[in-house]
Amino acid sequence: MSKEWPLWEVFIRSQHGLAHKHVGSLHAPDAGMAINNARDVYTRRNEGVSIWVVRATDIVASSPGDKDALFEPSNSKVYRHPTFFPMPEEVKNL
Amino acid sequence: MYAQMVETGLKKVQTSDDMSAEEREFQARIDAGVKIEAKDWMPDAYRKTLIRQISQHAHSEIVGQLPEGNWVTRAPTLKRKSILLAKIQDEAGHGLYLYSAAETLGVSRDELLAALHSGKAKYSSIFNYPTLSWADMGAIGWLVDGSAIINQIPLCRCSYGPYSRAMIRVCKEESFHARQGYDIMMALSKGTPEQKAMAQDALNRWWWPSLMMFGPSDAASVNSAQSAQWRIKLFSNDELRQRMVDQTVPQIEYLGLTVPDPDLKWNAARGSYDFGEIDWEEFHQVLKGNGPCNRERLRTRVKAWDDGEWFRDALVAYADKQEAKQAAA
Amino acid sequence: MGANCVDAKVNYLLRQGDNALILSQRLSELCGKGPALEEDMALTNVALDLLGQTRMWYTYAGELEGQGRDEDRIAYHRDAHDFKNCLLVEQNNGNYADTLVRQFFFDTWHYFLIGALTKCGDTRIAEIAEKSLKEVTYHLRRSGDLVVRLGDGTEVSHAKTQTAVNELWMYTGEFFNYDEVDQAMVAAGIAPAADELRAQWLAHVSDILAEATLAMPAPDAWMQKGGKQGRHTEHLGYLLAEMQFLQRAYPGSQW
Repeated sequence: MSKEWPLWEVFIRSQHGLAHKHVGSLHAPDAGMAINNARDVYTRRNEGVSIWVVRATDIVASSPGDKDALFEPSNSKVYRHPTFFPMPEEVKNL
Repeated sequence: MYAQMVETGLKKVQTSDDMSAEEREFQARIDAGVKIEAKDWMPDAYRKTLIRQISQHAHSEIVGQLPEGNWVTRAPTLKRKSILLAKIQDEAGHGLYLYSAAETLGVSRDELLAALHSGKAKYSSIFNYPTLSWADMGAIGWLVDGSAIINQIPLCRCSYGPYSRAMIRVCKEESFHARQGYDIMMALSKGTPEQKAMAQDALNRWWWPSLMMFGPSDAASVNSAQSAQWRIKLFSNDELRQRMVDQTVPQIEYLGLTVPDPDLKWNAARGSYDFGEIDWEEFHQVLKGNGPCNRERLRTRVKAWDDGEWFRDALVAYADKQEAKQAAA
Repeated sequence: MGANCVDAKVNYLLRQGDNALILSQRLSELCGKGPALEEDMALTNVALDLLGQTRMWYTYAGELEGQGRDEDRIAYHRDAHDFKNCLLVEQNNGNYADTLVRQFFFDTWHYFLIGALTKCGDTRIAEIAEKSLKEVTYHLRRSGDLVVRLGDGTEVSHAKTQTAVNELWMYTGEFFNYDEVDQAMVAAGIAPAADELRAQWLAHVSDILAEATLAMPAPDAWMQKGGKQGRHTEHLGYLLAEMQFLQRAYPGSQW
């Protein structure tokens, strides 16, 4: 069987977005074609986007088992989240 | 549906006693509404069932381009042609999102395609019917995509993260599909007597196959019950089919067309329509490969794949050459 | 503007619309039949872009002509001898190399033409060109890139692509073979001069073919012509019969 086109993960930042979001994956023989294909597959309804493609095999992910060790510290520092501090109704823009 | 009668490989719905400790923990997460993600532990049966379900769905989208592709070169106005092209393009895109989701489960797209091309893997029965007139474009968008939406919206909440996110993406794009189909039917129903007859004829041919899309009654199905426990199937086939009938009959009446079912009757007690017997023998034959278009559909896909081998290989060869050049530099 | 000039402009607009329509139609034939899913997406994308451009050209042509013809009347109710597309776009899809080389030859000319039209004296044409330029730029980037990959891919892809180049070459001269209509558009400050356009086309094509390790046929080879004047190949009749069937079989219907 012929060599398969490698798998690429696609990340898109929309025109008004602040960060690249993972939108899915596709197959392409190299990075250049992956970008072109990503444009056709994942940006049909948007203009002015930024596309990142990463070879799926290059992605290093945290292990689900690590969840507690990696994330527990920030979970217990709940005052980092704005909703922790209720504001009086009368006070705007905060 | 797009994935019909998906095998779980299990003979009975797993109870707590049947499950290992890991499986119990896994089931608890599902019951709590927590999403399962790609690298999480999952029972082998869950993984395999999802691969079947998602890949069947993906194959359906890809094969689904063909019945509509059959009329895109004959679309009667430039506007209709544009809309149909955009819909077909969406379908290819949906197939791609779904293959992506399936690949997170440890299977490659090429493996899945090989299963499709060999006839081992299934795709939705509906795409084995021929598109004989322009009105079929209306009927397909309205009834087939309409049925798909009924199935897909609940799947947006399914337990497997990548699949639910793919469904959310698909659903956003799908609503225009059903509308454009109904728009075609409206134009035909309001048109000349010949156009109205064309619309009625399309409805006559697509109504029953669309109802068959939801699959046979699964009240006694172990597979359906297990999938429901895993939250990858959220409503029974009969429930979804009933929803489809109840929502569509008024739409048919609005068009001034006739439902091709002499047994259709409003049942006030149930608050739903009673409808006639479905020919399940036809359904099973179509799934087995004996539908009107099974051979052509599969041959077309296999031909595209085989004819395209030199192209795919060429792109790999070029990429390899470039990589070698860069390494040497 | 004199009547003749309006006629010439309408004719010129129809040429642009016809090129885009016929090529879009050819690409639509490939729905669901490409060599990879990503290619299916890309092909329909180009087909859709071209169709959008067709509609802009036809709408303007119909308005200028002032005979009440809308885009559909123009697309569905002319016979082959009234179509003014160049011969290249009506060629069969053939194998995928034929499809891509046809696209590349067209996209290169299209890119330079549209670029020039964005700066022309007719504001409406300039607007249409402006809207089309982004799409056409992408089309050219894609088709040129694929020609390079196939030319410099495997022996098989190289051979198929070279054959496609050799066989489609004789249709590439028509773009620059200006007749009275083209000349009138040059005089009106709309169309770019033929030799300028041809030089740009040859430069880009020769760069890409070289990078693709493909041989370029002689620029002064004998070229086919006639498409712009309504003398087509045998392909167009069949293409139109399929495309126009419903409108012809059910005249006067709304769809």
